[in-house]
Amino acid sequence: MIINHPLLGPRDAQEFVYLGDARLIERPDGMAEGAPQAFHDHVYLRDNPAGEHRELWYHEQGDRSWLVVTRNTVTHEITGVELARDVARAKGRSR
Amino acid sequence: MAALSGALRFAMAEIQGFVSVLPGVAARPPGIVAANEPLPEGNTRMRYSGLRVIREALTGHRGWTPVWRDPAPQASYDYVIVGGGGHGLATAYYLAKEFRQARIAVLEKGYLGGGNVGRNTTIIRSNYLLDGNEPFYEFSMKLWEGMEQDFNYNAMVSQRGIINLFHTDAARDAATRRGNAMILHGADAEILDREQVRAMYPFLNFDNARFPIKGALMQRRGGTARHDAVAWGYARGADLRGVDLIQNCEVTGMRIENGRILGVETTRGFVGAKKVGVAVAGSSSKVMAHAGMRLPIESHVLQAFVSEGLKPLIDGVMTFGAGHFYVSQSDKGGLVFGGDIDGYNSYAQRGNLPVIEDVAEGGMALMPMIGRARLLRTWGGIMDMSMDGSPIIDRTPVEGLYFNGGWCYGGFKATPASGWCFAHLLATDRPHETATAYRFDRFMKGLAIDEKGQGPTPNLH
Ligand SMILES: Cc1cc2nc3c(=O)[nH]c(=O)nc-3n(C[C@H](O)[C@H](O)[C@H](O)COP(=O)(O)OP(=O)(O)OC[C@H]3O[C@@H](n4cnc5c(N)ncnc54)[C@H](O)[C@@H]3O)c2cc1C
Repeated sequence: MIINHPLLGPRDAQEFVYLGDARLIERPDGMAEGAPQAFHDHVYLRDNPAGEHRELWYHEQGDRSWLVVTRNTVTHEITGVELARDVARAKGRSR
Repeated sequence: MAALSGALRFAMAEIQGFVSVLPGVAARPPGIVAANEPLPEGNTRMRYSGLRVIREALTGHRGWTPVWRDPAPQASYDYVIVGGGGHGLATAYYLAKEFRQARIAVLEKGYLGGGNVGRNTTIIRSNYLLDGNEPFYEFSMKLWEGMEQDFNYNAMVSQRGIINLFHTDAARDAATRRGNAMILHGADAEILDREQVRAMYPFLNFDNARFPIKGALMQRRGGTARHDAVAWGYARGADLRGVDLIQNCEVTGMRIENGRILGVETTRGFVGAKKVGVAVAGSSSKVMAHAGMRLPIESHVLQAFVSEGLKPLIDGVMTFGAGHFYVSQSDKGGLVFGGDIDGYNSYAQRGNLPVIEDVAEGGMALMPMIGRARLLRTWGGIMDMSMDGSPIIDRTPVEGLYFNGGWCYGGFKATPASGWCFAHLLATDRPHETATAYRFDRFMKGLAIDEKGQGPTPNLH
């Protein structure tokens, strides 16, 4: 698989380390009501869809950026690549 | 030679199965019926036997009949098992045979045994470390040892021994600890030193600069089985006991009212059920989503490989501890080997080239001679990778709905015990004593069963 890195252009997926579902960006608020359950769901539960999946890849053998890759889990086709930083900022999560 | 010994083994297993029909059965706990008890009234289909094999051989094999029926789904059942892989079929078999339940159906979206049970590298072993796992896998190993006689079918169970090589002193300590844990739970384990390994497999690369072979953890009772035949044996055994095996029947929804399951929607219509047990391996998340559940599971692809047929070379099973590579030799002569999962979520049932390269490199590091063999085939299967690398056999928040999954790349060896324990849970509503740790709530309670200590990263287990 080739990941079209937003800064570096097309890179072999071999250069990356896979973490999983991009919802891992949405870390729950540890001080909120029901935080233990929210953390359990966040850490352990997954949608695991057959089809389009937004997922975190880390460019370990490259520029060390985290990417959010949109990939089809049935065909392995990659349809979108964003910097995870941009995704997190858009959610109001990052400084 | 391999073919001849295969044929002999076949005939012998059939003869054993035939002989053990004879009466004289030891007392067993109530509710559990003895192996080889007479089949239900009216079932006249013939058992396999050595005499039958000889007779058919002499008469052109014209007397064999289909091994199971092909029934249409009934309106409702007491038990509906979703998934006709090894685990679903074993569950139905033990439900009928050991727990004396009736009105059972197995719903399979494709054909029986077309999933992971027909795609794996057939290794069976009980060499786990942790308390939550080892008794279960040892129970499974004991069931493997009696399986062929039990269901009167040749599954080619071969206890040819498995060795896990180690390459450092620390790895030897870890292997010793694991071996002790195995022995404490009634399994067998030995530590082999370098020379003992060399006597078995002189062609290994003992002096690899990075990963010299220092010895191995050996389980002599481990080995391989004919994966398809395991599915077929359970399918036939279940069918003989009245279980409806319904193929080309995909579960597409669940009818749930007031927190209770009433049945499943399928491509062949609604099928009512008092209890539904789901055992669909890589499709677990898809099927349980019909009940509104999210699971502690990701689906990943694992590839396997087979070489052209070679003369006898490896008489056991071997795992290379440094890279991830394992190998055995099939009775047809092909080297059967594999390595890591590809590492990203996938439902594709096929992997990519980087892992093929990685596995080939592992093979070359362990036994350089493998570079002379040609690769015949590669294929993939979809693994239900759980958050701690261990399975789940549990109830769900929906009354009457039960789940069996999270087997990762190691569920073939678990097939008999998984079926037995799932049948136990379905029939009695209590977990089997060897499966009490396989609960959904272990993650909430901090009781993960993490053999590798990787944490909630399924692609690293
Ligand atoms: C390449 C490879 C190598 C492996 N090597 C080993 C090994 O050496 N040792 C070992 O112990 N384990 C091994 N495994 C793991 C083992 O094969 C699996 O853990 C085990 O087979 C899973 O259980 P099963 O047999 O019930 O799964 P499956 O055979 O996959 O059965 C699940 C069934 O459910 C059906 N299904 C799915 N969705 C639906 C639906 N909606 N409705 C109806 N039916 C449905 C599928 O069609 C399938 O037939 C390996 C797996 C692979 C892929």
